[in-house]
Amino acid sequence: MIRAILNWLDERTGVVGAIHHFLDEEIPGSSGWHQVFGSIAMFLFLTQIFTGIMLAFNYAPTPGEAYNSLKYIVTELTCGRLMRGLHHWGASMMIVIVVLHMLQTFLWGAYKKPREATWMLGVVLLLVTLAFGLTGYLLPWDNRAYWGTVVTTQIAASAPGGQIVQQLMGAEGGIVGAVTFARFYAVHVLLLPPVTMLLIGIHVFLVRKHGVAPAPVETLPKKKFYPEQVFKDTLAIFVVFVILFSLAIAAKVPVGRLADPTDTSYIPRPEWYFLFLFQTLKFFDGPLEVIGSVVLPTIAILALFATPFIDRGAVLRVGKRTTAIAIVLLAAITWGGLTAAAIRSTPAAPPDVSEADGPQDWQQLSAVELAGIGYYRKENCASCHDGKSSIGPDLSKHPVKRDAKWMIDHFKNPQAIAPGTSMPAIQLTTMQLNGLAAFLLKLNEKNQAALQSAPQFAVEGAIIYQQFQCGACHMINDVGQKMGPKLNGLNRRRTKEWVEQHFVDPTKLSPGSPMPPYKFTAKDMDRMVSFMMALGE
Amino acid sequence: MDNQPAPSRRGFFEYAIHGLGAIMTAALALPAAAYLLIQPKSRKKDSWTEAGDIAKIDPKAPEELVFRRTRVDGWKVTSEKATAWVIKLGDDKVVALAPQCTHLGCAYHWDDKNGNFMCPCHTSAFSKDGKVLTGPAPRPLDRYQAKVENGKIFLGDIVPGDKA
Repeated sequence: MIRAILNWLDERTGVVGAIHHFLDEEIPGSSGWHQVFGSIAMFLFLTQIFTGIMLAFNYAPTPGEAYNSLKYIVTELTCGRLMRGLHHWGASMMIVIVVLHMLQTFLWGAYKKPREATWMLGVVLLLVTLAFGLTGYLLPWDNRAYWGTVVTTQIAASAPGGQIVQQLMGAEGGIVGAVTFARFYAVHVLLLPPVTMLLIGIHVFLVRKHGVAPAPVETLPKKKFYPEQVFKDTLAIFVVFVILFSLAIAAKVPVGRLADPTDTSYIPRPEWYFLFLFQTLKFFDGPLEVIGSVVLPTIAILALFATPFIDRGAVLRVGKRTTAIAIVLLAAITWGGLTAAAIRSTPAAPPDVSEADGPQDWQQLSAVELAGIGYYRKENCASCHDGKSSIGPDLSKHPVKRDAKWMIDHFKNPQAIAPGTSMPAIQLTTMQLNGLAAFLLKLNEKNQAALQSAPQFAVEGAIIYQQFQCGACHMINDVGQKMGPKLNGLNRRRTKEWVEQHFVDPTKLSPGSPMPPYKFTAKDMDRMVSFMMALGE
Repeated sequence: MDNQPAPSRRGFFEYAIHGLGAIMTAALALPAAAYLLIQPKSRKKDSWTEAGDIAKIDPKAPEELVFRRTRVDGWKVTSEKATAWVIKLGDDKVVALAPQCTHLGCAYHWDDKNGNFMCPCHTSAFSKDGKVLTGPAPRPLDRYQAKVENGKIFLGDIVPGDKA
């Protein structure tokens, strides 16, 4: 049955014959394990296409939305974290394998006549792989992505004709925004994949045309590609796949904070395979910078292209290619040294503020902070920020490392501070936002339950306290002025009735008091007095 | 002369190639299937939306109630207008029908003259409590989970009418 279908198909299309023709290619008897890297690179490329399509099924390619949808993939979808992990680590492994593939070709001298074009096409494919990494880096739209791309576009601008490149990147004036994002996305998913497939096609065609490079002296008779070499390729692919899969499961790729152009505390670092370039840049100051950012990389790429024309000697056994081995060792040491130096110079992430002890109880909060809890509840901030929702960050786990001004600006116009955020503007007065900011600055993982358990009467009392600016004369928990008496410990000194009457007519109970009378509604009076009486020592 | 492996060696190679290939294909395909087919972890359960006062509902005829509700839409929470056909059964009991015909999703309406719900698309007709009277509709109208608290109508998720 299957045979009949295959025969029918082969008669009409010739596909079965083509596959046999491909598998039955004659390869040199010396072929073996050292020639598996091309197949692995091909496999990784296909895996990247697959996981990339999977991610695209649940990804919204605009700033902000991108971040939210990626968080959705990672936190809400089954195997979403795995898909993202495979794509992320697949990109890194792709670089490793492509470089190993080139090293093997270089060491064995397989780029020599007539295989120069195959080699040069391979160099183009290396650049394409790097371009994939560069454009994909922006797509999570977190701080890492944003700031990494800011630096990339600035480097591009420093090259001759950089203005045009920057314009093409949609990053005029070094501003990375929606246009940059769209360009990077389009290049990453629309332009590069078909270009890569075409180049791989030509690359493989050339390999077939010239045949797999033989050893200088072939002692063994020729053999067929299938099954022995295919087996070696498959086993090598399997080993790489197991490593990739383990990385995707074990090494979680964090989604950082939403890209924030105003975040001055963020220290951008490129992906590990670009770290050596980043470090090289440090050796060149001022007008010389272009040497590190553009001239040296260009020379290196040109040298790679020119390799087959520089080394035109006869093919030697790999062990006798001492110059080639020396060049590879030198390059490896340079690369390793630069990368290590770059890692050493990367400061450790600042200690999490949540480690610091804040107030452990709502009674330790100032009235303004307590009022902030009220606004937090009133505005229903928890519906997005409680840690269960994937919409906004859990504000207790991601303590606010900003000042109150940043936060108030952010409350008033979230889009202006964090482009793409889905947070709506908060319609409160500046005084009320002050309270909200003050509370959030005190919030951390340890005290969140205690702080948020503040009774509603106290929170509402604190709102009235803030509204009537009682703090202009009085002090609660050492915050406020000393003109009037401290309010902590009031319940020890006075009764509830006394405090109530005192609000109505202060001079009656405290002759000579400068405090004006307050005509609260019955409800407000009750809240206010209850709050006063609940204050700690 | 070809340098070909012995038949037993060749058999091992072929098994290994196909076996390893199958393992890798499965390792990618199964998570992908789970990724595409399993519903996202639900974020909020029991989300009841206040839809209006029961006192304002006329007990004689079903009334179309328009209310705002928030809905989790992938990575977004959207606030949107929604409608329900509400039938008052008592002071603390209502039935709230989802506003779409169970045939192909058209919006139906209450036909006062005939005393039933009519779908304008393919003339399905439903009784006041959502049962199919005529037409191609395959099952009764879907319902919102509904409850009345302190005179307010609260609506929840939409469930099939025959299971409500």
